[in-house]
Amino acid sequence: MSDIPLQIDGQEVSAKEGTTVLEAAQGMGISIPTLCHHEKLEPFGGCRLCIVEVESRGWTKLVVSCVYPVEENLVVRTRSDKVDRLRKTILELLLAHAPDAPQLVEYAQVYGADKDRYEKDPSFCVHCGLCVRYCAEVKKADALGFVDRGIRKEISFIPEIAAKECNACKECFPLCPTSYLQAAFVLTESLAFPSSSAKSVSKA
Amino acid sequence: MDIEKIDRIIDKHNSDASALIQILLDIQSENNWLPKEALDRVSQQLEVPATRVQHIATFYKAFSVVPKGRHKVHICMGTACHVRGATRVLDKVQEATGIKPGETDLELKFSLETVNCLGCCALGPVMEVNGKAHGKMTPRQTTDVLKTYE
Repeated sequence: MSDIPLQIDGQEVSAKEGTTVLEAAQGMGISIPTLCHHEKLEPFGGCRLCIVEVESRGWTKLVVSCVYPVEENLVVRTRSDKVDRLRKTILELLLAHAPDAPQLVEYAQVYGADKDRYEKDPSFCVHCGLCVRYCAEVKKADALGFVDRGIRKEISFIPEIAAKECNACKECFPLCPTSYLQAAFVLTESLAFPSSSAKSVSKA
Repeated sequence: MDIEKIDRIIDKHNSDASALIQILLDIQSENNWLPKEALDRVSQQLEVPATRVQHIATFYKAFSVVPKGRHKVHICMGTACHVRGATRVLDKVQEATGIKPGETDLELKFSLETVNCLGCCALGPVMEVNGKAHGKMTPRQTTDVLKTYE
């Protein structure tokens, strides 16, 4: 694996071939906001918050850094005016779904995002896919997945698998940026396998 | 739908996980919809996670995870059909079948759906039943057409 030289926010770095711009930036201590990124999981490119401006061969374009591999002599700007403006809008759109998500509120302060800019659509899930991907890639349990598409897309547990696997695991719970996952689980539990929730209550 | 029938469809595709969508399409055309037992069986036989089968079955409009009737009725609501009275055609069909768009009757005879253009605007208003277009519909004619389907 050869090292590829590139420039991030004015600093020269070299990164291994195949690493992403996000990883290269994090490696040199530059923080890029992310929501759907998790080091144990495959890049997803779902939340678009890690958007950066890259310049190669005289052209600049906006790319999602978590799925963009490093290129030779690439010039990356992680905080240009354009990038900040886009991140602000992306945050405002996400906040329309989950106005009180702590991580979103924190980023909103940094980028001056107004949580009331867009009409509220409190679905709470922001489709970051962390729970779905963690369950599939790390736990290999596949207890929950996405169903439907577009504005109706949501996460859904498979009750038969969830009844067996979830009470002992729940490792996806702290990953969820909005706490919607916990709510979805409680709902599935109370509808599909209430006996086990009764047990866990009596234990507590 | 019985398990043997599903297994026969799966065998036809050599239990190949990459044929998942084709298998689901075959079950859909045989049964008009995808019952949970069918999805579970497919997931088990192809060794594909149930979550992925569910994701695909709910993603594509060609699949239905709720019961569908033997005859699919599509009423065109496109501009040309609309100005030629598609709304009245739809009203009459709703009255005749007792179902609204997106619904299926209890005998699983008809499923009603509105669409936004069938690509034959000169024939408007158009009602399509099982892929066959019935053009220049009047509300009264629709009931005659529907009677020909058992």
